[in-house]
Amino acid sequence: MIENKDKWWSYAGHIVMIILSIVAIAPFLLLLMSSFTDEATALKNGYSFFPEKFSLNAYHYISSQWEMIGKGYLITIIVTVVGTVVGVIISAMLAYTLSKHDLPGRNLLMFLLTFTMLFNGGLTSSYIVYTQIFHIKDTILGLLLPGLLMNAYNVVMFKNYFEHSIPNALLESARIDGATELNIFAKISMPLSLPMFVTVGLTTALMYWNDWTNGMYYLSTNSSIQSIQTILNNINENIKFLQQNNVGNMVSTGDMPSATIRMAIAVVGVVPMLGLFPIFQRWFVKGATAGAVKE
Amino acid sequence: MRATTDMKLSGVRKKNKIKWKSYIPLYLMALPALIYVFINNYMPLYGMQIAFRELDFSGSIFSGKFVWFDNFKFLFTTKDAMIMTRNTVLYNLLFIVVGTIFSVFVAILFNEILSKRLAKFYQSAVLIPFFISMVVVSYLGFAFLSSENGFINNSILKPLGIDPVSWYTEPKYWPYIILFVHTWKGMGYSLLFITVRIITISKDYYEAAKIDGATKWQQIFYITLPFLKPVIVLMTILSIGRIFYSDFGLFYQLPMSSGALYDVTTTIDTYSFRALMNLGDITMSTATGVYQSIVGFVLILVTNYVTRKFSKEDSLF
Repeated sequence: MIENKDKWWSYAGHIVMIILSIVAIAPFLLLLMSSFTDEATALKNGYSFFPEKFSLNAYHYISSQWEMIGKGYLITIIVTVVGTVVGVIISAMLAYTLSKHDLPGRNLLMFLLTFTMLFNGGLTSSYIVYTQIFHIKDTILGLLLPGLLMNAYNVVMFKNYFEHSIPNALLESARIDGATELNIFAKISMPLSLPMFVTVGLTTALMYWNDWTNGMYYLSTNSSIQSIQTILNNINENIKFLQQNNVGNMVSTGDMPSATIRMAIAVVGVVPMLGLFPIFQRWFVKGATAGAVKE
Repeated sequence: MRATTDMKLSGVRKKNKIKWKSYIPLYLMALPALIYVFINNYMPLYGMQIAFRELDFSGSIFSGKFVWFDNFKFLFTTKDAMIMTRNTVLYNLLFIVVGTIFSVFVAILFNEILSKRLAKFYQSAVLIPFFISMVVVSYLGFAFLSSENGFINNSILKPLGIDPVSWYTEPKYWPYIILFVHTWKGMGYSLLFITVRIITISKDYYEAAKIDGATKWQQIFYITLPFLKPVIVLMTILSIGRIFYSDFGLFYQLPMSSGALYDVTTTIDTYSFRALMNLGDITMSTATGVYQSIVGFVLILVTNYVTRKFSKEDSLF
């Protein structure tokens, strides 16, 4: 039984959401159309949703640079996969330990973990420690380690899940049968909390995939291990440099990608993420819904 | 009698020993993460001492003379300290107020949509910006705002006969641009966050209200909003606890580091970064970080205290 008034509310919802959907998607369309625009047209008419003249020149240029971009993707994929797998496993193992309430020293460990959520030394202190003590500058560890590998929030999420969703009797009976803790973790706790592993894993993967700050802090601009986001950021930095030195549009050739090539590189940078988006989005919504129901 | 006590005691001792040993695998499992936390979160606390030392270009980084609070004194005599603090706090307040009102408004209307298939489509569409890095966002921004090639100047202002605007050098537009992009990037997430909570409200309340003749407005004001209140208050408190921290990417990437915009785009995070990377002033950069950490810490303690009063289970500790 749908009343007339409910329909009007539904229409209002449609209108607002259609506007927001357009606002959300339009910039990506502009990016895409700009990358297919003829360079001269782009300079004359600006970036446009309906360019006068199309051209594949930007992509021709990119395919000639394929080595750099392909390598960027390879680095991104390696860092994302290694960081996510290692990060999720060590977080979950710590959480498993912390979910055992009679563990001696558990409160101390919990405090040490919680404290990291409240206080930090700041980015510069981290930078000093990582570069002066561990010397990870210009190594792949510079992309992997600082900040991203694991955090206290993920550990707490795992811990809560282990505590509330896995029956203690199950773990105890496995212990009585002589299973080792690592075995119990891998054979019982892990399979039973798969949704949590996927949720945390996807969030971590997203952070690694999109990260450009570590590349900016820990890689020199001519480093050979630039991830795709670092490449995008470096192009940005070059343009900023030229603009700040008032040479702006006078120098559009050379190593600075011209108007349309820039946009094409950004398209290449964002397409895989948009391709993976349906998977990300589904799990993301699932995770959020599970979180709300739990409360 | 004595013998039995001894036996009992040694039994207990033996049992304790075995028990303690049985925990070793658990400690070992925790070890990798603990080592990482030590390196990533605790060693930087040791690095904080740079903020209290003189900048020493010759020796190692930890060899500068201790000057205690001189760096902070210098920092707070510059007008930068005021500007970055003002920007960080005011932008966050703006985000909290506008963001909350906007997302509750949108979420309530979103939940009135009768076609679930279309609703799903909208939800996916508005979530897309959330998954994109700030570097890409700055490219998108440039496509719209570039003074020579930008969409706004060429395709909107020109046909209307309005003079082109040099967006990247005009500070007055940037608070709006930053608010817009922040809302644009976060709307899908906040919509999801609130929607999943509206869904958990039992339909019985609405049915009962309808039978009593309540209008939609009344249902929103007397059922939906009161149900959302706890989570809104909690989110606000958490955001206030983070008010000294800014989204570095938003303030660094989007304005393309345009010097003309520093007054309205410098936050504590971007200032600290520029002091380190552009000026090479490690002590000033660390001092800024220490200032942020300490004020941030106090704010989190205060807001956590308030949260405890408000709802014990939602407080952090």
